[in-house]
Amino acid sequence: MEIDPFVFRLSIFILSIFIGYFVVWSVTPSLHTPLMSVTNAISSVIIVGAIVASFGSVSANEISLSNILGFIAVALAAINIFGGFLVTQRMLQMYKKKEKKKNK
Amino acid sequence: MSANLSSILYLVTGVLFILALRGLSSPETSRKGNFFGIAGMILAIVVTFFSVEIFSNNLIFFISALLVGGITGSLIAYKIPMTAMPQLVAGFHSLVGLAAVLVAVSAYYSPEAFNLGTFGNIKTASIIEMGIGVSIGALTFSGSIIAFLKLQGIMSGSPITFPGQHLLNALIGALIIFLVGFLVFNQTSEVFWMLILASFLIGFLIIVPIGGADMPVVISMLNSYSGWAAAGIGFTLENTALIITGALVGSSGAILSYIMCKAMNRSFISVILGGFGAETSLDDNKSKQDQKPVKNGNAEDAAFLMKNAASVIIVPGYGMAVAQAQHALREMVDKLKKMDIKVTYAIHPVAGRMPGHMNVLLAEANVPYDEVFELEDINNDFANTDVAFVIGANDVTNPVAKTDPKSPIYGMPVLDVEKCKSVLFVKRSLSPGYAGIDNELFYKDNTLMLFADAKKMTENIVKNLD
Repeated sequence: MEIDPFVFRLSIFILSIFIGYFVVWSVTPSLHTPLMSVTNAISSVIIVGAIVASFGSVSANEISLSNILGFIAVALAAINIFGGFLVTQRMLQMYKKKEKKKNK
Repeated sequence: MSANLSSILYLVTGVLFILALRGLSSPETSRKGNFFGIAGMILAIVVTFFSVEIFSNNLIFFISALLVGGITGSLIAYKIPMTAMPQLVAGFHSLVGLAAVLVAVSAYYSPEAFNLGTFGNIKTASIIEMGIGVSIGALTFSGSIIAFLKLQGIMSGSPITFPGQHLLNALIGALIIFLVGFLVFNQTSEVFWMLILASFLIGFLIIVPIGGADMPVVISMLNSYSGWAAAGIGFTLENTALIITGALVGSSGAILSYIMCKAMNRSFISVILGGFGAETSLDDNKSKQDQKPVKNGNAEDAAFLMKNAASVIIVPGYGMAVAQAQHALREMVDKLKKMDIKVTYAIHPVAGRMPGHMNVLLAEANVPYDEVFELEDINNDFANTDVAFVIGANDVTNPVAKTDPKSPIYGMPVLDVEKCKSVLFVKRSLSPGYAGIDNELFYKDNTLMLFADAKKMTENIVKNLD
């Protein structure tokens, strides 16, 4: 009997929840704000769906409503990706400075 | 690119994201972690880009969208002050939610592009997944907007409650579940849009009754929702990168919510039901009328006390963030350290408006992170400390949480500042904190109240330390 691909995806999903659970518990509380901004940035991987939406087309010369929604979604996700990773980097950089200070 | 190859590369993306989170286990590895995250994101975008058929018409718009979004995001990231981090994160969550909704709507109208069937005849499993994804996305969006408005101060931070609120929420919740099921039999756009509207409404309604200082829970919860929304869309699009990431983010937000609830000794359900602080503040106004004496001090007294101390513990709270006092505070600490006074910082998990908020602000002011301690690591030290300098914190120091079972914050872990030889309280007024209860610490003999703006007071103390 063949297994529905959905079951595979569900397995990946459940196992990822457990990985997330254990990995996030090991995050130090002082980095909880960067944790939120970085999870926010990576959840913008939704851009993958937005890319498909931007180019998914029945005819090559026509820009459909779905494409337009895709473009908007790309822009929103891009704000998040750039904003999220850069602001995380900015925060983590501050923690770094402190370390240099400590070594002095 | 073949579907198998892209699937494998999406898996690599997932692994890179796991490494990104793993890096945050210590500040030393965290920056490398962030680069793993960026690499994962680039990989996911490139793989997708090469898996779709590129039409040049669309390409121009796509690149423009990417540029506009990228530039906007970068500008925000560079300009945003660290004190505004909670509202920034809330705003970003709303974008993830909205993007999820847009992708789902796009897939609903052009299912061919996503291999989901044809318009009105989307595969049963896909339409259910799409319904769930769009619903979580929509409520993440509207909920985050409310959280953003509250944190930004555009909307009042106090809980907004009305009779029949829980019943209304329950009915809308039931309607959403019904509509998701109903989509299987009737894929008309009326049903689909009704589902979206109901989800927008529920997101709005569940955040409105939650008060200002429950925000750390709200923001963690919305973090979690944005993950589940991504996972929902991932199932719809049969995309493993989205499924893995959604699960990671979803569980991350859920854990943070749990930690925040635990730090307030409240159940998640009671936070969600909201209204905290609204009813208790009424009784408190009555009790406040019989004024108890407080010792009122100025910057000179505070400087004198600290100069003669051997050790000082600083307890920052939301008031420090509001007053942007972290740099002045650091200056003060530098002077104290030059006098060979031992200074450390004690952070309560729910200090501020989001998890880790105080740590970031102190980091911004160049405070070494090894001088900053969490509640359980430092609480025993208060008894051997001369001065506790409480700046902008209130409820998290209230001893009533340990003594009065009737208090709304009873059982909440608090910082034992009253065990210090003397306590300096920088506060604008005697007003109670968000829990709406009086802090008996204000009236203790060894407490000196410094009524002023946190930044001005700290600057004055700095002057008086010379």
